[in-house]
Amino acid sequence: MFGGIEKAFYIAKKDLKEYYMKPGTISWGLIFPFVFSLAFMIRRGGMSVWLAPGMISLALFFGSTSMSAMAIVFERRIDSFERLLLFPISYVCIALGKSLSSFVLGIIALIPVLILAEIFTSTPPLNPLLLMVCVLLATFTSSTFGVLLSFLIKDPSQTMTIFNIVRFPMMFLSNVIIPVNTFPQILKIISLLMPLTYITEAIRYSYSGIYDIIPPYMSLSVTAILGILFLYLSSLVIKRNIP
Amino acid sequence: MLNLYFRGDDILENDNACVIVVEGLTKKYGDLVAVKEINFCVRQGEIFGFLGPNGAGKTSTVRMLCGLTKITSGKAKIYGYDVVQNHKNVKRIIGVVPESSNLYWDLTCLDNLLFCGEMFGVPREERLSRAIKLLKSFGLWDKRNVKFKNLSKGLKRRLTIAAALIHNPKILFMDEPTAGLDVFSKRMLWNKILKLKENGVTIFLTTHNVREAFEICDRIVIINKGRIVALGRPWELKRAFSPKGIVEAIFHPRNPKVEEISRLRGVIGVVEEKGLLKIITYDAVSVLEEIAKLAKSRRLDIYLLNVRGLDAEELFMKIVGDS
Repeated sequence: MFGGIEKAFYIAKKDLKEYYMKPGTISWGLIFPFVFSLAFMIRRGGMSVWLAPGMISLALFFGSTSMSAMAIVFERRIDSFERLLLFPISYVCIALGKSLSSFVLGIIALIPVLILAEIFTSTPPLNPLLLMVCVLLATFTSSTFGVLLSFLIKDPSQTMTIFNIVRFPMMFLSNVIIPVNTFPQILKIISLLMPLTYITEAIRYSYSGIYDIIPPYMSLSVTAILGILFLYLSSLVIKRNIP
Repeated sequence: MLNLYFRGDDILENDNACVIVVEGLTKKYGDLVAVKEINFCVRQGEIFGFLGPNGAGKTSTVRMLCGLTKITSGKAKIYGYDVVQNHKNVKRIIGVVPESSNLYWDLTCLDNLLFCGEMFGVPREERLSRAIKLLKSFGLWDKRNVKFKNLSKGLKRRLTIAAALIHNPKILFMDEPTAGLDVFSKRMLWNKILKLKENGVTIFLTTHNVREAFEICDRIVIINKGRIVALGRPWELKRAFSPKGIVEAIFHPRNPKVEEISRLRGVIGVVEEKGLLKIITYDAVSVLEEIAKLAKSRRLDIYLLNVRGLDAEELFMKIVGDS
């Protein structure tokens, strides 16, 4: 088991060496969440305690999913993904390795937004330790979600389009920038089907001690369960994709 | 012990020295049967050539053995490990050179080898020394800090082969290793393959280069339309499939018509290529006599007269054509 984790780290290290400077990673993973947060802040004349957790979850979500979209899809296109299948490792190890590199990029994408929040929010995070736990957990779940989505896409050339078709509605429906309490019932239900809703609610509770619709114990446990579930499903999809 | 099987897909051998044993291996893609119930075994330390025309099922077979493609039915074992159930154990002892040079574009040559070493569990203290040794041995030492994407096609191929050797595999699968290489690189590669064989590595070689395969391989399988149509040592295949000879002739001032030659005693077929008559026969002596008679009666000089057997490519085409 530990050998598998060690090899997952090697995969992550390799991915970071190869893909962190790719245009897709930088534009969608790093620049977009930062500029988006900045734009919201300028428009509203600061960052409210309610908005800051939304921006944090958005940054880690875009950062981590962009990395997997880049790395996995590029490797599948040029056949180098097959090399991973030739190593004596499990499919879970491959999925974990890919998730770990996405995790690191998610954390990197988060830093500038955290700094913005720290500077421009009137009150500091309520529970920094819980916030850290939530952020790490949320980044892991976002990473495994991105990895799963990358393996599900059949045509690699359509990746960014499909990723954005999935990510943008989530941005508006997951309590990130618009309070879910203001939604009609049907949108509330749709919102509950989105992993980003649980991530945002967990971060919001740790940041400000408030939540909108999901109690903290539930948002945290669902986030953790989804992270493991996405990882497991990714390994199944890798296996299924073998012709 | 039988070494030679023709036109049969049955395994006739029970040899303890077999390191790869394939029984009834079948691959279907939907309705298309790419590989149909093939059987063969590969012995320890031999160079085993796997030949066939495009779409014959070569790559599908290699991919099934390496775990890159699912097996539809049948069994394959490598060093006693089932390639499906014990795929991790199999992957520890095999090296694979895929058809395309598919290392990581933005990693340097050295980083690519080190990464492969890490993934195969090569001990930390040995990784660097093995990588350096391979880079030197494949003439890539000067390029160690160059990214893979910036290498020429031939150098990419060399590095791909080096990467397959980082963990000292017992069996090396090579799918079209010389595709796109110049003559010098090809020669270097064949020498490397022979050296690996000397060191006890078993080589499973898939190639289109029939002539070189007949020179280098200990045994050869010819596959066509998913079925094995011949298996044996190169000289055995030549002897068994090539009872015919070819008489080559050029007349002066002009060759007789092909139809006329084809009516001579002992002639099976005739083709004329760039003024050279190639006369296929079971009875070269009769054909030589007939040609002499024909030349005399027509007052033609014989500019060239040569008798030979089928060469490797002609033999390959005949076996595939007959099948």
